[in-house]
Amino acid sequence: MRRLIIVAVPYLWLLALFLIPFLIVLKISLSDIALARPPYMPQLDLSGGWQAIRDFVSQLDFENFVFLTTDDLYWKAYLSSLRIAAVATFITLLVGYPIAYAMARATPEWRPTLLMLVILPFWTSFLIRVYSWMGILGNEGVLNQVLLWAGLITEPLQILNTTTAVYIGIVYTYLPFMILPIYSTLERMDESLLEAAEDLGCSRLSAFWLVTFPLSRNGIVAGCFLVFIPAIGEFVIPSLLGGSQTLMIGKVLWEEFFNNRDWPVASAVAVVLLLILIIPIVLFQRTEEKAREAER
Amino acid sequence: MAQPSPKPKPSPETAVFEPWNDPEAKPLIEFRNVTKRFGEFTAIDDLSLRIYEREFFALLGPSGCGKTTMMRMLAGFEAPTEGHILLGGQAIDTVPPNKRAVNMMFQSYALFPHLTVFDNIAFGLRRESRDDEKIEARVEEMLRLTRLSKFASRKPHQISGGQRQRVALARSLAKAPKLLLLDEPLGALDKKLREETQFELMDIQEKTGTTFVIVTHDQEEAMTVASRVAVMDEGRIVQVATPEVIYEAPNSVYVADFIGDVNLIRGTAKARGEGTAPAANEAPQEEAPGTTAPPASAPAPATGRHDPQPNAMGRWLHDRLLSPVIGPRRDQPKALPAPEAAAELPPPAPAPESATDIPEGGIEIHWSEGAAPIVASSGDPALDGQQVVLSLRPEKVSIAKEKPQAHNALPGRVIDIAYLGNISTYHVELPDGTMIKAQMANTRRIARRDITWEDEVWVSFTATAGVVLTE
Amino acid sequence: MRRFSWFNATSLTLGFAFLYLPMIILVIYSFNRSQLVTVWAGFSTRWYGELLTNQEFLDAAWVTLKVAVFSSTLATVLGTMAAYAIVRMGRFPGRTLFSGMIYAPLVMPEVITGLSLLLLFIGIGLDRGVLTIVLAHTTFSMCYVSVVVSSRLANFDRALEEAALDLGCSPFDAFRLVTLPIIAPAVISGWLLAFTLSLDDLVIASFTTGPSATTLPIKIFSSIRLGVSPEINALSTVLIGIVTVGVITASLISKRAAVQAERETRAGERTTG
Repeated sequence: MRRLIIVAVPYLWLLALFLIPFLIVLKISLSDIALARPPYMPQLDLSGGWQAIRDFVSQLDFENFVFLTTDDLYWKAYLSSLRIAAVATFITLLVGYPIAYAMARATPEWRPTLLMLVILPFWTSFLIRVYSWMGILGNEGVLNQVLLWAGLITEPLQILNTTTAVYIGIVYTYLPFMILPIYSTLERMDESLLEAAEDLGCSRLSAFWLVTFPLSRNGIVAGCFLVFIPAIGEFVIPSLLGGSQTLMIGKVLWEEFFNNRDWPVASAVAVVLLLILIIPIVLFQRTEEKAREAER
Repeated sequence: MAQPSPKPKPSPETAVFEPWNDPEAKPLIEFRNVTKRFGEFTAIDDLSLRIYEREFFALLGPSGCGKTTMMRMLAGFEAPTEGHILLGGQAIDTVPPNKRAVNMMFQSYALFPHLTVFDNIAFGLRRESRDDEKIEARVEEMLRLTRLSKFASRKPHQISGGQRQRVALARSLAKAPKLLLLDEPLGALDKKLREETQFELMDIQEKTGTTFVIVTHDQEEAMTVASRVAVMDEGRIVQVATPEVIYEAPNSVYVADFIGDVNLIRGTAKARGEGTAPAANEAPQEEAPGTTAPPASAPAPATGRHDPQPNAMGRWLHDRLLSPVIGPRRDQPKALPAPEAAAELPPPAPAPESATDIPEGGIEIHWSEGAAPIVASSGDPALDGQQVVLSLRPEKVSIAKEKPQAHNALPGRVIDIAYLGNISTYHVELPDGTMIKAQMANTRRIARRDITWEDEVWVSFTATAGVVLTE
Repeated sequence: MRRFSWFNATSLTLGFAFLYLPMIILVIYSFNRSQLVTVWAGFSTRWYGELLTNQEFLDAAWVTLKVAVFSSTLATVLGTMAAYAIVRMGRFPGRTLFSGMIYAPLVMPEVITGLSLLLLFIGIGLDRGVLTIVLAHTTFSMCYVSVVVSSRLANFDRALEEAALDLGCSPFDAFRLVTLPIIAPAVISGWLLAFTLSLDDLVIASFTTGPSATTLPIKIFSSIRLGVSPEINALSTVLIGIVTVGVITASLISKRAAVQAERETRAGERTTG
């Protein structure tokens, strides 16, 4: 009996507050916008019996999905989200790998402190960390002031409200997600492997490329997925740092819902976004499983 | 909490502790045609077994043979798919582990890391009693029994491996269970500590009078501690017998090979001489006794089984290794396995009547073209014409430079000598390439031993030294 | 350290400068006297004073705290149960769906989670406010709790529970007396994680809240959309300070506990050896 409760309570909770809401999104994405409350139709009226259900089902269609393909805005937003996420992930890797590498090579007494320094920002408000860049990247921000003072530029650079600012924001906020998995694979690596490679005639650099880098592959892959997947649906960073120039699907969905109040299209945007995300998620799951099996 | 009240053990002089030979004896544990499947995999295959009160019973086998599954079924963590398990005559298949008068000592010890040694031992007692004084008294008693009193307030990670092992034992004994299960209890200890602890375990078992069932893959451990050993393979019991019988009279090549060192010589049997009485049983039995009948109810073959004659090595091995262990526990001839013990299971190969020094009956084993056949008086003439395996313990094989006066003397060449301190093992290659291992006690200093590498030697053994088995 | 080169020292310095400089700048400018954030006009704690008298922020902070405490506690209970079900219950009908539902919210974009929950609340006619935010936060943070707790449970020697059963515990007592004390650190970090996630969440709260309940992130977001303001800098500094002190204290406590345990172990070895 108690066993049943332990499974049933969280199970029912997730069914009610995760699965059913998603099914509702799916249903509304097949409905039409209407000037009503709630602002979509058809409405399901169960008191009407089978006939009502049949009518209800017959009124559902894929119109909103067709609309998504005909209007530039949406597919451009999807593509640009994917591109921004991919580029930002790559930059994060370039920035994060040397840090993770240096951490793994630090003396064991230092490692816990360094690790905590990487984790600390994660506990700090995401919103505040994004916000902190607004004061730096603005036209009168700290960065421009420093560059002007140093005489490197004569005109303030327009960085805030461009895609560059979005890249900076993503790299900055997701950096710990890249560093941690790479660090954990590098830390476990046996240092005698490098000594063996040098003993066999490798230079330090080629030892790195031939031994260290391939062995940290699992960490790199995990880190890239951990940055790439959430970056696609990101809303806060493009809306605070990207301005109107940057097109990202999370922002489009938000605006479709709150500004246009077009719930059916917003739902359709969500469904397509999820379908796009399934691919990297499944790939991620699979590589994680492989890595876990290899460890056994 | 009832205090354990071990019944006074019958003194070895007056009674022999062999309840499995007593048809009247009620078993404490009975497996009745138990089968356990995990999906497609059959872990235990139609197994029957009886374990008696105050026994120290060992389940011995390689990993994956089903011994752990049997133990987990006894503890209540697994239920049999078919058949029943009886404890004191009552089926316990559906009784949950927390309601069984059975306690277990876990392989990993499973000491609660957040509790002190004292609280670990008191854990089970507190589940059924609120009387703090009684609990405390009982825990103190267990601490004394396991010599842990000094460490009562320590946490498990603050004591050594050997001490942890004793805490686990004390904790599982504290409730005075009818049956204590020990899952590879000494596996985590180093060799020396393991040997000490084996004797400690036997001592505690005798003091408390609890029935112990131990699971192990270490044959030496099983032989040392147990009153009876069940050798298991692939979910079945191959042989259940006292350690002596298992060693001296294995009923199959599997058992002979699993227990200790052995020479296996394959050949064709040929009946030898005449005037031997027909054997009671038709053919040697290979299946596990469990698949046919529980050992205790097996018909005891009455006719005199031939006692293997131990050579000097065998006697030494027995006196030094086995008898300190089993000697005080039951009354047995110092050098020989008791005929009663041997009769407790269906004999592997019914022996001929004759038991003289130069036996008349038995078989000859033709094992190599052109070589003299080996005489095995323990072989059943009914095996005539069949393929047989002669199982021969190395300590029963002598080695000499001159051809000795013996029934079985084979020429060969010394390939290797393993010096083990008290004994040496010689690896002798026979002309057909067969390797024979012979063991000799090192009674002389090493420099004076006259047999060395590449020497032409004779290995010899008596007609009764080997056990004839079929595959 | 043989391999600790200048290259490594440089990448660490630059890396941590990148991670911390923006926050340090933010903290510095929170003490700027000027209304204009970017022009330094001398040291002042003026904005902190204004923050303390800004009733809207104080209300929002109170709502956020309430939501975080309720949702993280509920999420810890549910998440621990879910972890136990996944790790210990073996097979039960719908297990695949269950574990899918536990892992999906971790990778689900917040906009989708928020949207779907809002549509549910509208569908069943639930008034949006503190309650709906608590429900929403509980749902996604219980999944994080369950991941944290189940990784601890998976490393936990199953024999400990079996030993408790063997010694006469009912399954519930075995959980209460043995499992829970041992997994407690994971449960506590799960709670802290859930608490932080709830404090921090903007998107899901924006979707599921109503006019009656404004959380601090929603309030901050609507102010900073208008631009950088010294008052927000001051608020951010306060939040950063709280988190820093909290994390450092927690790590010092756990470090001391580890040192203590090690000392005890050594003492044990000395007397037993």
